[in-house]
Amino acid sequence: MPPAVARALAALRRHVGRWGLALTLAALPLYYTIFDLASGYPAGYVHGSTVVHHDLTRIANNLAVGLSNGAIWALIAIGYTLVYGIIELINFAHGEVFMIGSFVAVGLWGTFGLGLATGTAGIVLGLVATLLVTMLVCGSLNVLIERVAYRPLRNAPKLAPLITAIGFSFILQNVGLLWLGGSPVGVNDLIRQGSTVFSISGLPIQRGYVLALAVTVPLVAALAWFIARTRMGRAMRATAQDPEAARLMGINVNTTISLTFGLGGMLAGAAGLIYALYQTTIWYFQGFEAGLIAFTAAVMGGIGNVRGAVLGGLIIGVIQALSDARLGPEWTEAVVFGYLIMIMVLRPRGLLGEETREAG
Amino acid sequence: MSELIAQLTEWRTALERVLPWWWPRALALALLAGGALMPFLVSEAGDFMNASVIALAYVVMALGLNIVVGFAGLLDLGYVAFYAFGAYCVGWFGSGFFFRAHVHVLVSKVASTLPGIHLNFLLILLSAVVITSVAGTIIGLPTLRLRGDYIAIVTLAFGEIIGVTAVNGQDIHLGGGMTLTAGNLGIPAVDPPYFPGIGLFSQLDLRPWYWLIYAVMVLVLVVNLRVRDSRLGRAWIALREDEVAAVSMGIPLVRTKLLAYAIGAAFGGMSGAFLGALYTSVNAGQFAFSFSIFVLAMIIVGGLGSIWGAVVGALALSYTNYYLIPDVLNEVPHKFGLNFNLTQLSFGIYGFLLVLVMVLRPQGLLPERRRRLELTEAVASSETMLEESG
Repeated sequence: MPPAVARALAALRRHVGRWGLALTLAALPLYYTIFDLASGYPAGYVHGSTVVHHDLTRIANNLAVGLSNGAIWALIAIGYTLVYGIIELINFAHGEVFMIGSFVAVGLWGTFGLGLATGTAGIVLGLVATLLVTMLVCGSLNVLIERVAYRPLRNAPKLAPLITAIGFSFILQNVGLLWLGGSPVGVNDLIRQGSTVFSISGLPIQRGYVLALAVTVPLVAALAWFIARTRMGRAMRATAQDPEAARLMGINVNTTISLTFGLGGMLAGAAGLIYALYQTTIWYFQGFEAGLIAFTAAVMGGIGNVRGAVLGGLIIGVIQALSDARLGPEWTEAVVFGYLIMIMVLRPRGLLGEETREAG
Repeated sequence: MSELIAQLTEWRTALERVLPWWWPRALALALLAGGALMPFLVSEAGDFMNASVIALAYVVMALGLNIVVGFAGLLDLGYVAFYAFGAYCVGWFGSGFFFRAHVHVLVSKVASTLPGIHLNFLLILLSAVVITSVAGTIIGLPTLRLRGDYIAIVTLAFGEIIGVTAVNGQDIHLGGGMTLTAGNLGIPAVDPPYFPGIGLFSQLDLRPWYWLIYAVMVLVLVVNLRVRDSRLGRAWIALREDEVAAVSMGIPLVRTKLLAYAIGAAFGGMSGAFLGALYTSVNAGQFAFSFSIFVLAMIIVGGLGSIWGAVVGALALSYTNYYLIPDVLNEVPHKFGLNFNLTQLSFGIYGFLLVLVMVLRPQGLLPERRRRLELTEAVASSETMLEESG
């Protein structure tokens, strides 16, 4: 091969690596934006004929739904990424912790007497209390799982804890199955999530969106602060980098790992509450589905990286919303995973991934 | 506890010294012969027979996955894709599903009058092998640059895409009113296997099914044993242990990895085709992620990379799942006056067993010799290691 051609090929490969991913991610939103503007979309019926609009409202609506959904995925994805970052384990039971979070939250509403007739102040207070208790329960559950199922296997072959994770995932699913039965259960729409808070040039911003962002943003900010600024956060980062060296520096590695699981579980619990309020149906299998999506988000962002998990969650949320609205929800899973494969081919370490110990 | 294990190990080495060198082979042959005679001892269409047929199909699956995960070290979480392809081979080439076509090759008299594609079961197995090994290669391609858990997630994604496509396949039209799959309704009335001289297999007598899958299993087992010690098998193990070192020793990375995917997939496809025929319909609902996990659990419980471990793990887990929990232990809670069936708890019990086995014996039930050495003799001097493995 002449050197000029080789150089051109190398340059091409570099550009595919850098821009191919951006193009892939932008493909769906761009396509549908152009499609809406050019050929329009049916926006309702007036006097028996379809009204076709040529504007950005529909795509903006998709994006809004996607970002608020993505906020939930981001919260779960952080749990995956934290655990993976510190002990390089795909915590398969994490999705189920999220599911238990939803169930606990809905159970607590009943205990606190929250219903559709409760006044605003009561709802807000009740939900804040529910959020705190749910986070506590899920955090403790995750710590317990680590203690029982993962810690004894710290020095075992790498796949052994994966199997105990799957085992715990089954156990928790069974708990959910016995708790609320095998089919989706509708729950009280406490916050009337579908009602519009305000609208921006025709785009209705619903309460559900506001709730998802209002819970997620402070939690993620708090977590980022915790990891970056506190002593325990520094211990977490050190353990993630090199557990052996961290131990030699006087860090209690076991406590740090427990703490990581606790934080991940707390975020999953918060996500469970938002999910129940926002989707208004819960069932025992939601954790499995959400777990796969959130894990995809974590890998997409670069596993081990908290900012990456948030970014991945939001991106997956948007892809999911676009696919739900345009291609039909039955294809969504395939579309999400198709994107995942493209990202892995174009940029294996994820969007913001650093070089981890395992994945080069 | 550790003293007990040390004592057991001591007895074991003493026993190994007494017995002649060929005793493991004799034991294996005796067990295989016993397995072939087993159907004469139980009722021909009972629950145990049914569970045994399914268990053998899972042994074939586990042996296939063991090549990918155990030998080559490529964590594949999308093995269900090959089950799906295999089962759809039966649905496509052994039923009236493509009703516009009229193709009949070496089938029973009844089937040769029906519309659709009807091939002899052996041809269907062959087509399943071809299709799944191509699919395995395609799924393997994007993972070549990846390592560790990233391979897991890409294969998982492929498995899910295949599953979703199977469920929604009734919306994919192939022309003439035919669709790709029948989704959750299932492709009904799949031809049972038919061999001239033996006749049609029936659900009322599971023995022929048993011997068919037993023959497939023995074939796969022999292939596994021979391939492990071949140049290819050693190349897989070298790649698993250290990719960089293996490649610099001249092992062709792409070909070796893709062959692992293709061979593993082919075994999964054979077993999938058999299960498709056994269940008499090909229903998209069964191609779920949990299936991949089920097979993966078998080989990890058995001992990753160990052929006999895969066999034992597959038998243990599938008998637990298909016989022990639904048929034997199901009524136990009632005897204690408790008002529930064990099948409601089967997930949970199953998960609990997985946790228990792994915590007590993380290296699996029958660990591969190389791995056992790595785990137990990590501190032993290199000389004894050489002695023992030589």
